[in-house]
Amino acid sequence: MLNFANANINFMAQRRLWLIVSAVLIIGSIFMLATRGLNFGIDFTGGTVIEVGYPQPVELEQVREQLESAGYGRAIVQYFGTSQDILIRLAPREGENTADLSNEVLRVLRTGAEGGVDMRRVEFVGPQVGEELREQGGLAMLYALFGILIYVALRFEWRFSVGAVLALAHDVIITLGIFSLLQKEFDLSVLAAVLAVIGYSLNDTIVVYDRIRENFRKLRKENAEQVMNKSVNQMLSRTIITSGTTLLVLLALFFLGGAVINGFALALIIGVLVGTYSSIYIAAALALSMGVDRSVMLPVKKEGEDAPEEGRP
Amino acid sequence: MINQYPLWKYLLIVVVVAVGALYAMPNLYPEDPAVQISNTTTDEVDEATRRQIEAVLAGRGIVPKTGVEYDGQQVLLRFDSTDDQLQAADILRTALMGTQNVVALNLAPATPNWLRAINARPMSLGLDLRGGVHFLMEVDMEAVVTAAHERYVGEFRSLLRDERIRYLSVERATDGVVVRFRDAAERDQAHDFLRREYRGDLDFRTSESGEVFLITASLTQDTLTDQRRLALQQNITTLRNRVDELGVAEPIIQQQGEDRIVVQLPGVQDTARAKEILGATATLEFRLVDEENDPFEAAATGRVPSASRLYRERDGTPVLLRRQVMLTGDYITDAASGIAQDTGGPAVFINLDAQGARIFSRVTGENIGRLMGTVFIETKTETVEENGEMVRRTTRTEEVINVARIQDQLGRRFQITGLESTREARNLALLLRAGALAAPMTIVEERTVGPSLGRDNIERGFNSVVIGFILVLVFMALYYRVFGLVANVALALNLVLIVSVLSMLQATLTLPGIAGIVLTVGIAVDANVLIFERIREELRNGNSPQAAISSGYERALSTIVDANITTLIAALVLFMFGTGPIKGFAITLSIGIVVSMFTAILVTRAVINLIYGRRRRIKALAI
Repeated sequence: MLNFANANINFMAQRRLWLIVSAVLIIGSIFMLATRGLNFGIDFTGGTVIEVGYPQPVELEQVREQLESAGYGRAIVQYFGTSQDILIRLAPREGENTADLSNEVLRVLRTGAEGGVDMRRVEFVGPQVGEELREQGGLAMLYALFGILIYVALRFEWRFSVGAVLALAHDVIITLGIFSLLQKEFDLSVLAAVLAVIGYSLNDTIVVYDRIRENFRKLRKENAEQVMNKSVNQMLSRTIITSGTTLLVLLALFFLGGAVINGFALALIIGVLVGTYSSIYIAAALALSMGVDRSVMLPVKKEGEDAPEEGRP
Repeated sequence: MINQYPLWKYLLIVVVVAVGALYAMPNLYPEDPAVQISNTTTDEVDEATRRQIEAVLAGRGIVPKTGVEYDGQQVLLRFDSTDDQLQAADILRTALMGTQNVVALNLAPATPNWLRAINARPMSLGLDLRGGVHFLMEVDMEAVVTAAHERYVGEFRSLLRDERIRYLSVERATDGVVVRFRDAAERDQAHDFLRREYRGDLDFRTSESGEVFLITASLTQDTLTDQRRLALQQNITTLRNRVDELGVAEPIIQQQGEDRIVVQLPGVQDTARAKEILGATATLEFRLVDEENDPFEAAATGRVPSASRLYRERDGTPVLLRRQVMLTGDYITDAASGIAQDTGGPAVFINLDAQGARIFSRVTGENIGRLMGTVFIETKTETVEENGEMVRRTTRTEEVINVARIQDQLGRRFQITGLESTREARNLALLLRAGALAAPMTIVEERTVGPSLGRDNIERGFNSVVIGFILVLVFMALYYRVFGLVANVALALNLVLIVSVLSMLQATLTLPGIAGIVLTVGIAVDANVLIFERIREELRNGNSPQAAISSGYERALSTIVDANITTLIAALVLFMFGTGPIKGFAITLSIGIVVSMFTAILVTRAVINLIYGRRRRIKALAI
């Protein structure tokens, strides 16, 4: 059985190494995002997606030809889950009655098919709506980070707050980087997952910070580095068990939830893994590097005695 | 005795759990595929129709599960299978064709009466789970402003003519209406007059360019906002009527933002037809009734007097109306139902704009005592199948919705009486208001989920929750033994309470909503992990089991609260910024966080207290 009761890993001594690892991951992610970008779904780009089901397996080439002869040569045709399910994407085009496009395409597919074509899903997003959703999504992410920054600053101390938000940004950037690397589709549900990752990873970080604060007050002999180490080690079992159980559920969602929430589950899985790593190796290390020590954690009792100048930047 | 709760805490928990379980119960009963028959004009299916339905079904040997359910307004027929449902719907559609009764497919929850009596209803399922279509329609607000400008151009012309003020021209400009005059005196006279007439509605500016004197009128900010709001409202009302026509059970039509309308039609598969009907245009006309000729004879022989046209009333009665139109519906600014002051009977009050009022008062003044017909005109573009081919066809239906005697010269505001009931008056007012779309609309977003995918989504969503849940239960029981089992009880309760709160709020469950519930399971587990790890730690530090339990719960509390509040912040931001599916995720996540705090802290503590709290000496905890 798992036992972390006597864990005593010197996380803080290795902090340079892990900060470098994270820096490399972040730079890599930013590089991926800058060069390959995200594979935005139609939620953000606008366009039409049609999912159809055939009664028997169907050749992609056959569907492509059918669409091409009807003048939809630019359609992207791919399998979706099985060889009986087909996903057709059409980018928005100027001067076309986009709202009717899906019906036209369905009509074309139905005329050539024996046994009928089952319309499973149609999504159409106008280019303008796509742009708005993109804007709102970015804003939502910023507001969430900002709200969290304020809450943590109120509950702890600004260095913790900055550490927590940096750790969050770290998790978000790496999650996005991996999505860019895999070129998995980034749609609204993935955005929701990334926002949930922010909440989750923060949860982890806060739990560790909470213990650090408690230990600073309790352990009078140890220096800041030792207190941090002890705190992270004490919380190690909780961090791993919680992440483990959450991952169990997410894996169930990933494998059984169906193609529609596949991306959502994947984003959360990546986020939980990265978030767990960052709350063990990065969040506390960042706070330490910024000069957190016992003095900033103690409640100010007497003026000028326990709250020295280092408390402020 | 540190690990004991006062009695009221136990009672509180018992009450919450009991109420939660009760309101979660309706979700256990399956939904029956059903056919729902409602009436679009009177909102009430009459006895005769009910008997007709019974007779038609009996004639075809179709027996609904619970007979013909009739609540005085609608008829509901439940079936065992979708096939029976579709068959019955087809038969009834044919049988009720031409009446104002709408046959719609529906899923009727089989909630028992005693649960319905306490208002316990199942969660409603989102379109992604039950199938259906979601449209986001954008109202062309520029067209609204242009139309307003055009209306003012017409009004200015006739007003100035009536006042005998000579002008060169009245034209629509980019941001208003420009009136040109030859000399300053006439311009100033017109300026004074128009300003008086349109106080508050329009801003007037005077200027000169060379030999020409100008007045520029533009809509005030208030008028502009008003016009846009009215246009949006009218389009929503119109859409609602159109949706009734589609025969959709439980549609949602809502404003979104300043210029958009969300239309959700559960169960609708034929999106092409839905799009066509939603985009149809309709209008009204008032015409004099041709009282000299017999409409029945004209209808029978097909010979219609040349000055008249043959129309039909809704019940099929032929009516002859004069070819010349008295007034078109373009001038109606508002319509409301109420009680006529003279007769005390139901009436519809109609408001016309200035120009319409002038025209109408002239033509009605000349025709007091004669009959006037109100014609409802609708233009629809439909795709129909003809000889195996799909053909686009534009159809124009015109029907006389009301014939009434002109009792007085009618002006800006007049009433139509002679209606059968207040209900009919209300519906007529609605029709008049909703007669036409105030401004063209375009579909800017569409999300359609077919029935097969909806079924798959439910199944997969359900399966993944159950399997993820079982995995967690097994792990917790193995790792924390007795405490793990207690946590599992709390976890199960957590799910029940989430479902119960969602049902009470009548929130809509979507696929992302299910994902939110799954994530909540993780959060609820986390709270217990924090507590249990803390208890283990306290035990390692040499505390007695009782003390370890007590301080474990106490010390973990602030951590759990901190952690959950931050997640709640993220969920609230999601709720505020997200639309549709994202909102669903945020709602279940928020509810889940709050509920998990209750179950993971209070409930587990109560159970642990019951198990360990009364014992004086405990050697070891099973943790």
